[in-house]
Amino acid sequence: MLDKFRLDKFRGTQLYKSIFRGGGVPKSRRQRMMVVLNSVFLHLHPVRLPKHAVKLKFTWCMGGLSFFIFLILTISGILLMFYYRPTIEYAYTDIIDLAEQVPFGIMREVHRWGAHAMVITVWLHMFRVFMTGSYKPPREFNWAIGVILLLLTLLLSFTGYLLPWDQLAIWAITVGSNMARATPFLGHEGPGAGLLAIGDINFITMGSDVRFALIGGRFMGEAALLRFYVLHCIGLPFIIMIFMAVHFWRIRKDGGISTPV
Amino acid sequence: MAETISKESATKDPGRRPPAALGKADSSDQITRRSFFSWLSIGWLAFVAATGGFFTMMLRFFFPNVLFEPVQTFRAGYPDDYTVGEVDLRWKNKYGVWIVRNDAGIYALSTTCTHLGCTPNWLSSEQKFKCPCHGSGFFKTGINFEGPAPRPLERFKIVLADNGQIIVDKTRKFQQEKGQWNDPEAFLKV
Repeated sequence: MLDKFRLDKFRGTQLYKSIFRGGGVPKSRRQRMMVVLNSVFLHLHPVRLPKHAVKLKFTWCMGGLSFFIFLILTISGILLMFYYRPTIEYAYTDIIDLAEQVPFGIMREVHRWGAHAMVITVWLHMFRVFMTGSYKPPREFNWAIGVILLLLTLLLSFTGYLLPWDQLAIWAITVGSNMARATPFLGHEGPGAGLLAIGDINFITMGSDVRFALIGGRFMGEAALLRFYVLHCIGLPFIIMIFMAVHFWRIRKDGGISTPV
Repeated sequence: MAETISKESATKDPGRRPPAALGKADSSDQITRRSFFSWLSIGWLAFVAATGGFFTMMLRFFFPNVLFEPVQTFRAGYPDDYTVGEVDLRWKNKYGVWIVRNDAGIYALSTTCTHLGCTPNWLSSEQKFKCPCHGSGFFKTGINFEGPAPRPLERFKIVLADNGQIIVDKTRKFQQEKGQWNDPEAFLKV
């Protein structure tokens, strides 16, 4: 039984006060605000929301949904990592195993459909922000961050696409990574590739260009699978979380969510 | 900040020398304003150099020295193993290469269709390569003449080793539309 007396006593302990600064139930407006400001997680979020900010008609809640789906993808993705092995020998069969034998193998479908859904919600979020003119000053910087987030979402989608290692995946990434051949200066078939040379020795070749760094070899294979796996599970999520934190924080700093005119 | 400290120390301990006077001390191991700034520059330069070095290492790290890939260069026997006027299919499955010999010499054709990457078949009765996917057709030379293929088949580097064996190197390719088939390594004169 946790009656009021014991609760109040617990609130007086050093343990409680070290976690929740200020102590006690916030009573004034100022105290409620301080609760938000004193939490690393809550402070990304605005202290107070205007009434219109929760109007679905205006926001579509697509930004919030994108973040929610991102959380689902993070959790389901970590679960998949317990079974999936990123090698040519096992990758495809592990996906089959996940789908058919592992308990709640629907986790794999959640991850895949969630990935599709996130691309759609991010796109719709961008569309809404554009149509409501919410990209205009003072929010122009946050729009730029948002474009980077869109790019990172697409890259996460692209790197995850290879991991099942089926024909669809291999050929999609073959074609996709072949585009990197044509990168100016850095791709061995791109414009300006021949400029980086001493005499007859070309520095940008099939074995040293940007595509080579991306797929870890000259041809789609084991190295490409491992690189895309690391990028998909660690590299890109790490980067996108930094940009997401800035994105959410800037909404508050740029004067809160935009208002219908 | 420094001002606050000096004020505090001045109020708490009036007999103590203020920090500003420290610079004027004649002891050699004292830090002067001048030496402070030179040490600061050296420190920053060292930091920038170390960081730059680490990022260079990180960049180089992504370019492995040893590749665990299928072999791209292979020995294809002696020129006499190939009949004049015929398309040789013996390396098609293993390496994806057709070796063709004509009156003048030998060339190595890629078995990858230039349309969408399928593998065409050699139809000797019709003397053409025919792609089963979308019907692209290529002459024995590799030049495309029907179907959606936008350009001729690619040729690989083909040279003779010191012992007289043919060496095919798939990492070097030659494209007809770029005029690269005239390259001496694109065609082995016999």
